[in-house]
Amino acid sequence: MADFWSRYKRNRMAVLGLFIIVVILIMASTASLFYPEDPFRLVGRPLSAPLENGFLLGSDSLGRDVASGIVHGAKTSLLIGLIATLVSIFIGIFFGAFAGYYGGRLDDFLMRVTEIFQTIPSFIFAILLVAIMKPSISSVVIAIAVVSWPGVARLVRGEFLSLKNREFVQACHTLGMGDLRIMLREILPNCLSPIIVIGSLMVATAILIESGLAFLGLGDPNIMSWGFQIGAGRTMLRSAWWVCTFPGIAILITVLAINLVGEGLNDALNPRLKERQ
Amino acid sequence: MKNLLLSIDDLSILLPEGSDREYAVQGASLKLHAGETVCVVGESGSGKSLTARAVMGLLPAPHVRVGSGAINFNGEDVTKVSLERLRGIRGSEISMIFQEPMTALNPVMSIGDQVDEIFRYHVSMSKKERAEKAIKLMEDVNLPDPHQIINAYPHELSGGQRQRAMIAMALALGPKILIADEPTTALDVTTQAQILELIKNMQKRLDTGVLFITHDFGVVADIADRVVVMQEGQIVETGTTKQVLNKPQHDYTKSLIAAIPKLNPRKARKRSDNIILKTDELSKSFGSGISFFGLGKAGREVKAVREVNVELRKGETLGIVGESGSGKSTLARCIIKLMESDQGQIELDGVDISKFNRKDMRSYRNRIQMVFQDPFASLNPRSRIGDIISQGPILQGVDKDTAHANTRELLDIVGLDHKSFDRFPHEFSGGQRQRIGIARALALKPDILVADEPVSALDVSIQAQILELLDKIRKQMDLSMLFITHDLRVASQVCDEVAVMQYGKVIEVGPTAKLFANPKHEYTKSLLAAIPGKDWHFSKIN
Repeated sequence: MADFWSRYKRNRMAVLGLFIIVVILIMASTASLFYPEDPFRLVGRPLSAPLENGFLLGSDSLGRDVASGIVHGAKTSLLIGLIATLVSIFIGIFFGAFAGYYGGRLDDFLMRVTEIFQTIPSFIFAILLVAIMKPSISSVVIAIAVVSWPGVARLVRGEFLSLKNREFVQACHTLGMGDLRIMLREILPNCLSPIIVIGSLMVATAILIESGLAFLGLGDPNIMSWGFQIGAGRTMLRSAWWVCTFPGIAILITVLAINLVGEGLNDALNPRLKERQ
Repeated sequence: MKNLLLSIDDLSILLPEGSDREYAVQGASLKLHAGETVCVVGESGSGKSLTARAVMGLLPAPHVRVGSGAINFNGEDVTKVSLERLRGIRGSEISMIFQEPMTALNPVMSIGDQVDEIFRYHVSMSKKERAEKAIKLMEDVNLPDPHQIINAYPHELSGGQRQRAMIAMALALGPKILIADEPTTALDVTTQAQILELIKNMQKRLDTGVLFITHDFGVVADIADRVVVMQEGQIVETGTTKQVLNKPQHDYTKSLIAAIPKLNPRKARKRSDNIILKTDELSKSFGSGISFFGLGKAGREVKAVREVNVELRKGETLGIVGESGSGKSTLARCIIKLMESDQGQIELDGVDISKFNRKDMRSYRNRIQMVFQDPFASLNPRSRIGDIISQGPILQGVDKDTAHANTRELLDIVGLDHKSFDRFPHEFSGGQRQRIGIARALALKPDILVADEPVSALDVSIQAQILELLDKIRKQMDLSMLFITHDLRVASQVCDEVAVMQYGKVIEVGPTAKLFANPKHEYTKSLLAAIPGKDWHFSKIN
């Protein structure tokens, strides 16, 4: 672990990214302390500019506090990003592991299924899924997971394909170990590094998809989110710039920070890059 | 003495900070004359390759660099000349051949184009002249059908042909020095003998000085005029081949030569009548599978193992020898049921296990176990040694505490520290890992051990230790062993009986001493004739 940290901190930008994420996490978890009121509540004069009428970042056309929305929206974005990523990694490992380990017809079948998902433009597919299921936090999570697992499946399959012929796996066969145990206990731990890296980057993509869906009005209507805020303010972009701008900056910084962390994890976990100094 | 071509004086090569040692090479000096072959011998990590690379200015910069000393080539210090001059020297005055010709050749260029490049960059000739020259070169290295070879891509040639093409390119401009870095290590013995012969002939004709890097004393005995022995970056002994091989002065050289497996087969023991393992007309072929939609043409079928009959008697060691592609590893994997055989039977103590599925096989797993070739790939890098060794018995239903206690005992038997129990594989050297692999196989207390090239990835001194260990446990546990190897020296030392394989068939079987003294089959004869350094009696020295 100490070894991992010493390699990770060689990448300064990754450390900065991690710092930003920690700040956002603290902000999300203490949201109710600073803004105890519901972010949907109309709390003052509509379209107040930043620092006017007691609004830090201004208010929107209905008089909702933009700053409160950003702080509460952070929770939504991170939560959806994380859960959707975990779900898609789970599906991806399941497909990839079986396809790579057993090969042959099962591999063909599972990979053709994966390809069907890959050929549909992911954002349009996500819109379709949410529209069918009616917008709610769980339908958004499902939609994001469904469109983003194929990448994981491909990656895991590749790792399994190369690892299953390694001698230590063959040694397990000669000991009479079962397939499931070989997959979970012997092979999977050896491909965790690339999965962690791709997973961290997927969180960023998931946040972007969620924002996009909310912008189009397909987010959960009862939960504040950054995409919803931007969508609500888009008609007044020229007269009240702050309504769209601040949530946009929030998305930008979060996604950037997650990407930096992903890059740092890649540097620290990829054995081929360990030599690079 | 002919004129001096190369003189390395007090050369030191620095390793990056934080490595296990400060110098890769320290205070090395050696001389090379025209028409002479100097062999640099040493085990892995001795700095022999880096010394050779320094001459070409090919050190992996910027981490590894020349610290002090000089490399004088025809009055120039190669370590100090400009990059441009170095490019002029490389290829035309000093050239190099590498261990793996497949990676040293560009896979997307035809052989002819790659030869052509050399002339284009170094001399001015018309296109037609260059093409003629290239064909002439292919003829010089005895490649069959040069016109066809010129248009072939590297993957279309065999390993030996590729190495011939490499040699042709290296000698294209008539360099004064040829550096050969383990050029025959990746080749089969018969091919190796041909390549060594070729290098010798070319050298005689062009009066080239050859700096030959190798770990194999057999090769040294065959081609060297003078020998330089390296250990951990230092030259410990220099002398003529006769001096070094017959009367080694330094302890390290003595121990290296003593570790070389002797070619005199072990004495025949009283044979057991109890046949513990037997294959009956065992066959296995590989073909491309049918694709999902049944499209695509069927690939060609390769018969890897063809109607093999072998018998292993209780307490004995049966050697399976053969060159790469002879099917010996496939046979081993069929026997241990890592692969399904197509036809024939495998009788383990009278029970045919060839049709067993994995579930049926589970209760037989503790009868027959395997030791793998590559000590770096055969241990899960994420598991602790204790778990690796004890997982077999635990799977077979032994309770955890007993299994762990037995594991500690096994670590003792294979000569490892008790503390190894909680360590991870990367903390061990190749030889130690191989010991762990052996302990894992022994944990199930098998009757039969299948060893697939267990020592071919190891240095010669470690190799001797592992062979000794295998012999010790064989006696101690009354094991029968199936020993797969390409190295006839090793086979002669450990096996009671040897089966020779070629193209998937066993072509000759017999007690080791008899087979080595009086081979019947032509192929066996050629294999025996190709053993490097066979005329040299290493066993004489002590």
